[in-house]
Amino acid sequence: MKYSLWLLLLAALHAAPIVIKNATVLTVTKGTFVGSVVIREGKIVEVGEKVTEPAGAEIVDASGKFLMPGIIDCHSHIATDAINEGSVSVSSMVGIEDTINPEDIAIYRALAGGVTTANVLHGSANSIGGKTVVMKMRWGKDAREMIFEGAKPGIKFALGENPKRAGNPGGQRINANAVLRYPATRMGVEDVIREAFNDARIYQAQWKDYNEKTARGEQALAPRRDLKLDALVEVLEGKRFVHAHCYRQDEILMLLRVADDYGFKIRTLQHVLEGYKVAKEIAEHGAGASTFSDWWSYKVEAFDAIPYNAAIMVRKGVLVSLNSDSAELMRHLNDEAAKTMKYGGLSETEALSLITINPARQLDIDKRVGSIEVGKDADLVIFDEHPLSNYAKVEKVFVDGQVYFDRNKDLADRAEREAEKAKLLEKEKEKEKRPGAGASPSRLPKKAVLDGDGDTAGSSPNSFAHSHRSSVPVGAWHETPGRRPTA
Amino acid sequence: MKSLLLTFVLCLPLLAGTDDSLLIRGATIHPVSGPEIKDGSVLVRDGKIVGIGHNLAAPRGTRVIEARGMHVYPGMINSATQLGLAEISSVRESVDTGEIGDFNPQLRAEVAMNPSSEHIPVTRANGITTAIVLPMGAGGGEGGPRGGNTRQPIITGQAALVHLDGWTWEEMDIKKSAGMAMHFPIIPSPPQRFGDAPANLFRYSYADSKKTYETQLRDLREFFEQSRRYQKAKAAKPAGFKTDLKYEAMLPVLEGKTPLVVMANRERAIDDAVKFADAQKVRVVIANPKELGKAGAEMKAKGVTAILGPTLELPEHNDDPYDAAYTLPNEFYKAGVKFAFGSFDNQFARNLPYEAATAAAFGLPREEALKSVTLNAAQIWGVGDKIGSIEEGKWADLMITDGDPLEAKTQIKQLFIKGKNVDLDNKHRRLYEKYLNRP
Repeated sequence: MKYSLWLLLLAALHAAPIVIKNATVLTVTKGTFVGSVVIREGKIVEVGEKVTEPAGAEIVDASGKFLMPGIIDCHSHIATDAINEGSVSVSSMVGIEDTINPEDIAIYRALAGGVTTANVLHGSANSIGGKTVVMKMRWGKDAREMIFEGAKPGIKFALGENPKRAGNPGGQRINANAVLRYPATRMGVEDVIREAFNDARIYQAQWKDYNEKTARGEQALAPRRDLKLDALVEVLEGKRFVHAHCYRQDEILMLLRVADDYGFKIRTLQHVLEGYKVAKEIAEHGAGASTFSDWWSYKVEAFDAIPYNAAIMVRKGVLVSLNSDSAELMRHLNDEAAKTMKYGGLSETEALSLITINPARQLDIDKRVGSIEVGKDADLVIFDEHPLSNYAKVEKVFVDGQVYFDRNKDLADRAEREAEKAKLLEKEKEKEKRPGAGASPSRLPKKAVLDGDGDTAGSSPNSFAHSHRSSVPVGAWHETPGRRPTA
Repeated sequence: MKSLLLTFVLCLPLLAGTDDSLLIRGATIHPVSGPEIKDGSVLVRDGKIVGIGHNLAAPRGTRVIEARGMHVYPGMINSATQLGLAEISSVRESVDTGEIGDFNPQLRAEVAMNPSSEHIPVTRANGITTAIVLPMGAGGGEGGPRGGNTRQPIITGQAALVHLDGWTWEEMDIKKSAGMAMHFPIIPSPPQRFGDAPANLFRYSYADSKKTYETQLRDLREFFEQSRRYQKAKAAKPAGFKTDLKYEAMLPVLEGKTPLVVMANRERAIDDAVKFADAQKVRVVIANPKELGKAGAEMKAKGVTAILGPTLELPEHNDDPYDAAYTLPNEFYKAGVKFAFGSFDNQFARNLPYEAATAAAFGLPREEALKSVTLNAAQIWGVGDKIGSIEEGKWADLMITDGDPLEAKTQIKQLFIKGKNVDLDNKHRRLYEKYLNRP
């Protein structure tokens, strides 16, 4: 509460122009130089070695520091209360937008890693998953305000091991009552997608017919609204982007051909760890590729994954980004980008593009974000060292020209936070001492077992900045390096 | 032209075959045990370092590597991996990381290590020449409690210290039993994010978990007591004495030759483990601690060392500072506890140096960061006289790089294990070259 008030106050202050001075400015699209950036009303209004400092501007001296555009993560599952609607093979009727949890601490942590925008996706449990949403990391704002206004909506598809898992009893089946769900093979995955678009076309034609008739003034009965097919018709009409989880080259090619047949485009292939094997075909289709830097060997379809994947695809003309799929990895995508310099010899600018302008282009938000250019949103990150150095850390992050993360402030606030936590713990203890406390929720065994090693630290309501539920339900399917997703 | 020459120079050792004598010259030498030497040389004879300095002369016929503009570092040591024990982590058949049963001190990781694992060349291509192969986890495959069981096994077997080169596991061997791996009994923590623990963990109440914890503690003490009785009985050399393989395997632990390598994440488990080792008068290395708290003073006083897990981790709790995992190594350093880094994993074993670099970004002195993947590790595993730094008399486990190996963008140009050139090729490079050249 206190924190959001502070943010509001800060927002008010920041209505004044800001000049970030003397930084090494990594614009990504317009070169690198030592200079300044002027921010006014949330936008970048001037960039250069020399700028005109507006009267009354707040000056941020960034001498010796590095300024880069806010990092964009094209594949994340943070800030949601649910990830997978895995009970059906086509779940295009559901959407992440309805499950946004703006209090997920992962948002703040992502900011602390320089991330300002994330493509938040449905999970990979089914061939056609749910609708996706692009968010800005406006920590402290409500669910609606987190959404990147104007960003085109998307939908998650998934191929390979994950969507066929529910059709395979082996290993994953928990008990004899488990229901098998089609598909169980990659053949079935193709069929599910084709059947869905076959239905979508018929549905689309029914509506077209109805609209034409009514336009001519004829009487007509409206087709029954189908929320599942509505989203797929949007895909057919280019109004909704497809973000498709995939691994092996056969399934990648399969999806591109299905899309060709139905006349739509795959906007991004996600993970796409064997993308390097079919980079030519991906480039020809015009799909973007959003991959991991160096994940491999955590499952069979990841055994031919190589850290050169991004570099090969870049060299073959694919629009490539690096993503996290993880609240942890999300915090150091700059380190991940640096790996592409080792594995495949990308230049500094190419490496930085993978986490800034390229994902912005993939999400069609590059007019707003992804580089330091006049007219774009002032989503900026100050690093103490070059962001492609593993010794670098984030000092300050701006979203829409407002400071949403400030390392010095974070450090300065820690004592106060600890004190507040201690006070709350004390209160909790007193509550437990009161007669009849046995019935209070804090005494339920569940609560106790939730805290490791039997001590009570942390089992109390958390302090202000961290009053968050565990962000992600156990049992969700996504990729977990080195660990098998629990079903 | 320059790059052509460099390519030629870098290919030279291959032409020279398996020779383990060489002179590297013109490079910046980073001995780790001492200050860097600019325009320095390292002379290697029969796999050992015999000279470090300026303008060393090589005996006639010694292969010379001109490494002007390059850097020479000792090979890195990853203090916790499952290299060779697990190939594809989700495929049970390819995973041999942990056995069934609570007490398995007789198990040896080394004999189950597949020298043909694709993980080995992938890992060493990033300058890692040595690794601890750690048996841990229950029943293989998932490395943790499963099947609705909240309990971890206790003693999981002998960790091997190996060179990442050799035709067989015997050839890779440095130390067959570098540590006795165990989990200290705990009351399980809740999962906070994806994949942390099976959902059925919640089916157990606090009371159940506590009971399991107490039973395990009692079993552990009893196992040590039995081992000691066995030790005494054996020393008395009675007629008809029957060997017991489990207790026999405990003797080096009881004699202080082999340290316990104890997985202990939380402060309480660390404290428990240190006190337990002290009471049992055995050596202990704390593995994968996620916090230090007040345990540092005790660790320092008792000379207990630690193997830190990845720095690039989320904080343990929602209300921890965002950089809790990043600053933990420096906390250990400031407490005066010697530590090294381990991956506790294969997939990211090659990323060991970046765990150290992030720790340096958040306060750990850079030279300590480098030590934590080289010399400190060697000392913790009792091979400080053989590896971990560039010093006369040590094995020539060396890498030639174009920069700081803790930076991701740095390229490892050449790698030597016991003075022999090690192939930097691996599955990933082969696929890279194959598909980059796809018409």
